[in-house]
Amino acid sequence: MTTQTPDGGIALASLRSVHKAYGKVQALDGIDLEIHAGELLAVLGPNGAGKTTAIGLLLGLVRADDGEVRLFGQSPQQLAARRGIGVMLQSAGIPDTLRVGELLELTRSYYAAPRSIADCVAMAGLDGLLQRNYGKLSGGQQRRVQFALAICGRPRLLFLDEPTTGLDIEARQTLWRAIRELVAQGCGVLLTTHYLEEAEALADRVVVVNAGRVVAQGSVPAIRAHVAQRRIRCVTALDADAIARWPRVRSATRNDRRIEIVAESAEAIVRRLLAEDPALEELEVERAGLADAFVALTRTANEDTAAHKEAA
Amino acid sequence: MNAIAIDTNPPRASLRCYWLEARCEFLRVLRAPSFAVPTLVFAPMFYLLFGVLLNGGHGSKATSYLLATYGVFGVMAPGLFGFGVAMAMDRERGFLALKRAMPTPPAALLLAKMAMAMMFAALVSIILASLALTLGHVVLSPLQLLALFATNILGVLPFCAIGLYIGTVFSAQAAPAVINILYLPMAFLAGLWMPLSMLPALFAKLAPLWPAYHLAQIALAVLGLDNGGSVALHALVLLAVSAVFFGLARRRLARA
Repeated sequence: MTTQTPDGGIALASLRSVHKAYGKVQALDGIDLEIHAGELLAVLGPNGAGKTTAIGLLLGLVRADDGEVRLFGQSPQQLAARRGIGVMLQSAGIPDTLRVGELLELTRSYYAAPRSIADCVAMAGLDGLLQRNYGKLSGGQQRRVQFALAICGRPRLLFLDEPTTGLDIEARQTLWRAIRELVAQGCGVLLTTHYLEEAEALADRVVVVNAGRVVAQGSVPAIRAHVAQRRIRCVTALDADAIARWPRVRSATRNDRRIEIVAESAEAIVRRLLAEDPALEELEVERAGLADAFVALTRTANEDTAAHKEAA
Repeated sequence: MNAIAIDTNPPRASLRCYWLEARCEFLRVLRAPSFAVPTLVFAPMFYLLFGVLLNGGHGSKATSYLLATYGVFGVMAPGLFGFGVAMAMDRERGFLALKRAMPTPPAALLLAKMAMAMMFAALVSIILASLALTLGHVVLSPLQLLALFATNILGVLPFCAIGLYIGTVFSAQAAPAVINILYLPMAFLAGLWMPLSMLPALFAKLAPLWPAYHLAQIALAVLGLDNGGSVALHALVLLAVSAVFFGLARRRLARA
């Protein structure tokens, strides 16, 4: 029913060397992806990287040109396989004239052992909305309804495509709590998001996709480590150009009284800064975030592709 | 083996989702006044105006004739618009993709829309018959009433198929325009607004090209006002139209 992977984990769904082209555009170029029970996998990538196509394949909305797509060991075209999933897509297009309660009741009827309506209301924060028309809800409320529809069937695998777009901070926190709870109960979650802090907060594993291929994958710290750099800021009288010539300093720029230094590691630089300028103040050291890593990873990949094209 | 392990949905639960799907489809359309009002009001209003009030001294024969043909005009709308426009909108706004990603039985979507169109056809048919029997003084046997009702309800299906196909080809913006271009001229050319005998002979010659003509002839045959063709042949044409357009639409949806 599920495929055993070499590392011993159980894959709920997988893509193996999948290719998909739309006309001349190669949306996916031999992508491999695997999602396991009890983990939250964040798929990150710039627009047009192939995230949506990858999800479309796993949901059975798109057929692969080549390669293998598996959902619970079956083709995602099989209704039986899809009974194990819950889905929240970027654009739901739910009819405005249906009430929240009607939508929930209908979606629950697709599943063998759905959650109770009360549970769905509590988990998605739908108090007092059941009798309301979907079209009369605010954007944030509509997202919560979509989340409720995604989880109402007790899915073993949940697809969340940009789930918190348009949500305020509080609603986002509520949703994050619900997602963490589901993962703790053993549900696998595949998340795509534009908010890197969302991936940082939730993901057990991150896959960075660019130009239809996986360019990096691993835990959040592992992805961050792809960019071994530190940012040092301080107020100092030292010359920025001189600092830029220090060993292992990548750049140093002055902005008014403040200097910003990007370096491979911080300790040696900080020691030398303090030694050379006893009057130095407001020292800050910051490690590269997921956002820095993401930019670096997708940029290098793009340069590789460009170089490859030039060579060809 | 795998399918059985996962597919534990009991049959009763599956049937329930068919019922709920149809109910949601009907409620959704009923609550959209831009669709429900023209569908339920136009045919009865025209019938009242041209069939009953402005009868022009043609008597109950014209009132009966128009009962049959406005019935056809009335049931074309939920088929063409209900299927076509809703399908184009669902496709464009991503609702169809969501439904297909969810474990919705594929047939449930289609059957729900068909049930919705048949419900509307039944309502139009009942409203028209009530007007005809009361204000129009048309005299019909219970059997004729029943046969007319059945003709209307089943007659919606070929138009569902045509609407479905249009909905899979055109955008939500274009679909209503395309359907109107099809709907109104076809109604006129099929003799739904006035008998073909009152139009130039060419129109009568071309009439068998329009599905609405065949349905109108079946409805008129119930009242003994048809032009003497074979009802079975008309039914066969409608069946073929349904099959062809459902088939074309299925192919387009499978490729999408």
